Amino acid sequence: MANSAQTHDAHDHGHPTGWKRYVYSTNHKDIGILYLWFSGAAGVLGFLLSLLIRIELQEPGVQFLPFLTGGDMDAAHQLYNVLVTGHGLVMIFFLVMPALIGGFGNYFLPIMIGAPDMAFPRMNNISFWLLPPALLLLLLGMFMEGPPGGMGAGTGWTLYPPLSSALGHPGPAVDLTILSMHIAGISSIMGAINFITTILNMRAPGMTIHKMPLFAWSMLVTAFLLLLALPVLAGALTMLLTDRNFGTAFFDPAGGGDPILYQHLFWYFGHPEVYIMVMPAFGIVSHVVSTFSRKPVFGYLGMAYAMVAIGFIGFIVWAHHMYTVGLSVDTKAYFLAATMVIAVPTGVKIFSWIATMWGGSVTFKTPMLFAVGFIMLFTIGGVTGVVLANAGVDAALHDTYYVVAHFHYVLSLGAVFAIFAAFYYWIGKMSGRDYPEWAGKVHFWITFIGVNLVFFPQHFLGLQGMPRRYVDYADGYVFWHEVSSYGIYITTIGVLWFFGIVAYVLMAGKKAQANPWGEGATTLEWTLPSPPPFHQFNELPKIK
Amino acid sequence: MRILLGTIGAVIAAIVGSAHKAAAQAVGLPESGGMGFQEPASPIMEQLVSFHDLLLWLVTGICVLVAGLILWIIIRYNRKANPVPSKTSHNTLIEVLWTAVPVLILVVIAVPSFKLLYAQDQTPPADLVVKAIGSQWYWTYEYPDYDNMSFDAVMLSEKFFTDQSAESQAQRAEAVGYLQNFLNSDKTPEIHRLLDTDTRIVVPVGKVVKVLVTASDVIHSWTIPAFGIKVDAVPGRLNEVWFKANEIGTYYGQCSELCGVRHAYMPIVVEAVSQEDFDRWVERAQAEYAEAPATTRLASISH
Repeated sequence: MANSAQTHDAHDHGHPTGWKRYVYSTNHKDIGILYLWFSGAAGVLGFLLSLLIRIELQEPGVQFLPFLTGGDMDAAHQLYNVLVTGHGLVMIFFLVMPALIGGFGNYFLPIMIGAPDMAFPRMNNISFWLLPPALLLLLLGMFMEGPPGGMGAGTGWTLYPPLSSALGHPGPAVDLTILSMHIAGISSIMGAINFITTILNMRAPGMTIHKMPLFAWSMLVTAFLLLLALPVLAGALTMLLTDRNFGTAFFDPAGGGDPILYQHLFWYFGHPEVYIMVMPAFGIVSHVVSTFSRKPVFGYLGMAYAMVAIGFIGFIVWAHHMYTVGLSVDTKAYFLAATMVIAVPTGVKIFSWIATMWGGSVTFKTPMLFAVGFIMLFTIGGVTGVVLANAGVDAALHDTYYVVAHFHYVLSLGAVFAIFAAFYYWIGKMSGRDYPEWAGKVHFWITFIGVNLVFFPQHFLGLQGMPRRYVDYADGYVFWHEVSSYGIYITTIGVLWFFGIVAYVLMAGKKAQANPWGEGATTLEWTLPSPPPFHQFNELPKIK
Repeated sequence: MRILLGTIGAVIAAIVGSAHKAAAQAVGLPESGGMGFQEPASPIMEQLVSFHDLLLWLVTGICVLVAGLILWIIIRYNRKANPVPSKTSHNTLIEVLWTAVPVLILVVIAVPSFKLLYAQDQTPPADLVVKAIGSQWYWTYEYPDYDNMSFDAVMLSEKFFTDQSAESQAQRAEAVGYLQNFLNSDKTPEIHRLLDTDTRIVVPVGKVVKVLVTASDVIHSWTIPAFGIKVDAVPGRLNEVWFKANEIGTYYGQCSELCGVRHAYMPIVVEAVSQEDFDRWVERAQAEYAEAPATTRLASISH
């Protein structure tokens, strides 16, 4: 990456070098790289939390966590809840979003639409630099008092009151978690404003909105979802904060408030949030599939408007997360119907990817393996979503491991597979160095086997009634929990393997061509050298 | 292709079938290695399971279709087998089809789905009302029809199962004796780690039981998987759910909303007995547990 600064041009204003280059950076590519490193570090942290969870769950009884708490059982139970909470928040806000939106979005969106940079470069800088303090606050919260006599926020990532109120968690741990989310939210909102402005105003001449690459479409929809959903979360969290500290009673029934109000506000944000995480993945998978099939994307307009439709419907289905809270039956019926409708545009996307490959001349390089893996696993996660949408069936499955399996299939095996697909697809472009193909393929197979072994058995646990967020379980659940834990050990090998590849690429990777993928790779980043010059498109490309 | 589908069908049938196998004794418990629902023990759960069977066929079919297409692409459209890619990027007919067919499938799903949803919601005239109040970390049960008698259900200590010392085993025998006495039963009750409580909700078999659910502190959730019911216990709200046990037996559930440090340690147990046994039980239990007048109870809940 260091040599990306060497390409100068006549209008260069002498950009900073060394640490100043990154800390002061207003360059979308440098900021994208910062985001990727940050999300990589946060991803390791979130993965370690999940590893601790699965080690504890490998056998019935609570054996492992008490080692970390000096034998104190209640502290071990609380630690488990803190791990579950931390894993969720870190993976969502500090791995998936920074990698897909801040990382690949920042780096490739301007290039793909033929823009020299983002619309607001300084805001781009502050968007990134708000994230490390947000993560620090979250981590700090893990070591503060939470529940009476306990440590950390053990509320789940949903932070439902009254468990997250002064009643359940009187200590400052939850306050720090809330502030962390506020700061991460401000960062994301600024990022969203930047993306929307860039996409709407800075496309190269001739690139009409209907000629824009699908990754740009996915970022546009994602940015609108962020802009509309995050302020609602910020409002809910602020109300929670004043309930906790300033004597308001928005969510306290004793003061005329209602804990369910929080859930409505939270999920009004929370449901679009899951599309915020997976929408950029849709964009990436479209490009990878088209590139390696050497065919244009099938049904481009259908693909673009399917994302718009998913984004829109995503805002009117939130209460399907709340089927058991005591909603009226007609309310449940509405949310049931609205939720099932999402299956239609999602189906359009799955079938269009398959149709893109159909009749193609397909090479199965590592990015393509991850993209095809994404399609298969996202399908499985999607159909279990259709099962859960049925409020009647949800009475049996709500808050069980079936739900855990479902959302990990769409996020852990969906969004994260897309992150890996994007990494292998673009690492040559970003670093100027190629990854070793055989090692990438090995990484795919280890990961594919590992994560399926972790999460597929969790469907069975859920059907049998195993509740979520349990530090210990009844004897009937032993078998599949053990299998699931073996899965994460395999996945751990995959994670180590991946960072081995990263190290190899940066230190010893072979020099990358401008376009290693051939005629299937048609977007603008492949017209630039690898890595691209510090400022690209001093003369805007013309799109026919 | 037909053979492949047949094999997959047999596998699904085996999975679905394993959930339907008749148990020797009605116990609503998870089974080690189990891959489907627990044995349905109420009419609602029977309806839920048969609807889920339909869903399982449909969603498995969709996954198999997608996997099959991908497999075909790997075989037929890899670079060696098909060196020249086609240029097709539109086909209106197929795009209309893959939008319309899913809509039809969703309509097929929606009809039984709404039926199940409304069946769960409409409580038939209740033969018995039980009130369940969740607290950190136990349940309190009240029988408003019987002098508002009320008792707590606290999980049996784990060491009864893990600690083989004479002291623990003596305590275990004592707890089992207490439970047997509570149930007014001539059979020694079996107990299960993390699932059993020192008392149980006793209800008559085959009768409609309405459960009113609330909480005194944080949100909890009351569920019995074998009955296909789950409802959150929310402070300040009174939720309603109902069930009818098909058979005499013991049915287990566990708190299903994260409620703090000992979330995993507040199980739910329903004992369904014959009407005669229920009448005898209620007479004894009433004498023992009817001391708290309704008004103080309500006041204590809504503090």
